Amino acid sequence: MWHLLPKEVESLWTLFTAPVVWAAHFLFCYLAAAVYCEKGFFGAGFDTLRLTIGLVTMAALAMIVLAAFLAWRQWGFGTGDPPHDDPSRRDRLLFQGYATLLLSGLSFVAVIFTALPALFLTGCLR
Amino acid sequence: MLPALAALSACSGVQSALDPAGEEATQVATLFWVMTVGGGVIWAGTVALALYASRWKRHAATEQGAGRLIFWGGVVFPVVVLTALLSYALWLMPSLRPFGGEATQGLRIEIVGNQFWWHVVYRRDGAEVVSANEVRLPVGQRVEFALESADMIHSFWIPALGGKMDLIPGRTNRLSLLATKAGVYRGQCAEFCGISHALMAFPVVVSEPAEFDAWLEARTRPAIGLDGSPAAARLFVDRGCGDCHRVDGTEARGTAGPDLSHVGSRLTIGAGLLPNDDETLARFIAHPASLKAGSRMPAYLDLPAAELAEIAAWLKGLQ
Ligand code: HEC
Ligand SMILES: [Cu+2]
Repeated sequence: MWHLLPKEVESLWTLFTAPVVWAAHFLFCYLAAAVYCEKGFFGAGFDTLRLTIGLVTMAALAMIVLAAFLAWRQWGFGTGDPPHDDPSRRDRLLFQGYATLLLSGLSFVAVIFTALPALFLTGCLR
Repeated sequence: MLPALAALSACSGVQSALDPAGEEATQVATLFWVMTVGGGVIWAGTVALALYASRWKRHAATEQGAGRLIFWGGVVFPVVVLTALLSYALWLMPSLRPFGGEATQGLRIEIVGNQFWWHVVYRRDGAEVVSANEVRLPVGQRVEFALESADMIHSFWIPALGGKMDLIPGRTNRLSLLATKAGVYRGQCAEFCGISHALMAFPVVVSEPAEFDAWLEARTRPAIGLDGSPAAARLFVDRGCGDCHRVDGTEARGTAGPDLSHVGSRLTIGAGLLPNDDETLARFIAHPASLKAGSRMPAYLDLPAAELAEIAAWLKGLQ
């Protein structure tokens, strides 16, 4: 399975994978709910909206878990302790892996919080 | 001792969210206490931990121990607590906004916010009753409010009955309230809307359904005191009051000011500003802005005292 995942990518941008997923998920949930409640969606019921948000949330969480796993690998599966502050290539990599892992954790929780209303609300307020 | 403490700290009274008289307000109050007590416990725990660390603990924690404390106390604990609080608040939401179905069958009250007064219309079974600056509700019946604004953003808030809801120009916001205890409460505009925003309030009278029905039914007809003084009724129209105020059963049909059809029976005048009697009515009419800065009603300082008294007495008679 390991070779299915990309080789280590040395780029600053992987740091933002999880927060970007969080932002996209956030935007989707708010736009979907706003558009559905204002214009409807081909006569679909409110539960369709809740289900869609549920599925998109699962997909977002899966992507974040993947990002977290890659970060964990980059961090050496937790073999070294932070702060990783040597001016070396190795410490830069480890530091970035650790930071990405923490951001993934934050994004994971945030995505769940964003989607929670869909679990409790049962209709649009018209 | 608790009631005394509550009274001292203004936790009870006609305008207290902590002295609920409605279903929504009870939920809001419960939420408040859960948050306050929960926050207090967490604060006490944190302070105790800080004291323990700085005063009594003699040796430094191991790096691993510190890491564990940060993980459980700084990550897992807040996530669990916040998830629980968020779920609790979200779970409350549908019951705070119970619309549709049977809720819409009953009484519906339209409120239009104006600088600095409230236009109030009651609708039930096709009947329409126009009033102002006072809200009356039957106890034990769910009432739906439609909230609009004619100028600024205002906010409609009866703390004893429920949460607040903004009145936004160009929008109709909805609010649903269920009063559970008869009594007289006080509502207040809760969004700054101009210089006399703080003086934009209203009494709320919650009465038994039979009493409420009788009251509402009486409002569908012109006031009893209407013919009390034909001279005053004439003056009211001649002096231009009718251009801004409506009095059911007369030529006065203005809509720029509060409906005065049954003004004599209201508990207050000037939107909760003064008790309602001949003397305060005369004072208000003569110079509204001296009592309520920025009021949209012009002063009538040139109105002879006799005429003023006559109009005031007639208005007070409109029951
Ligand atoms: C230009 C429009 C206008 C005219 C003319 C006018 N009013 Fe008013 N009136 C208002 C407005 C607006 C208010 C609400 C003021 C406030 O509470 O800020 C008001 C409030 C009142 C109130 C208090 C109502 C309440 O519910 O507490 C009374 C009583 C009243 N007017 C009587 C009169 C009388 C009597 C005259 C004629 C002598 C008159 N008004 C002329 C606009 C007008
Ligand atoms: Cu206001």
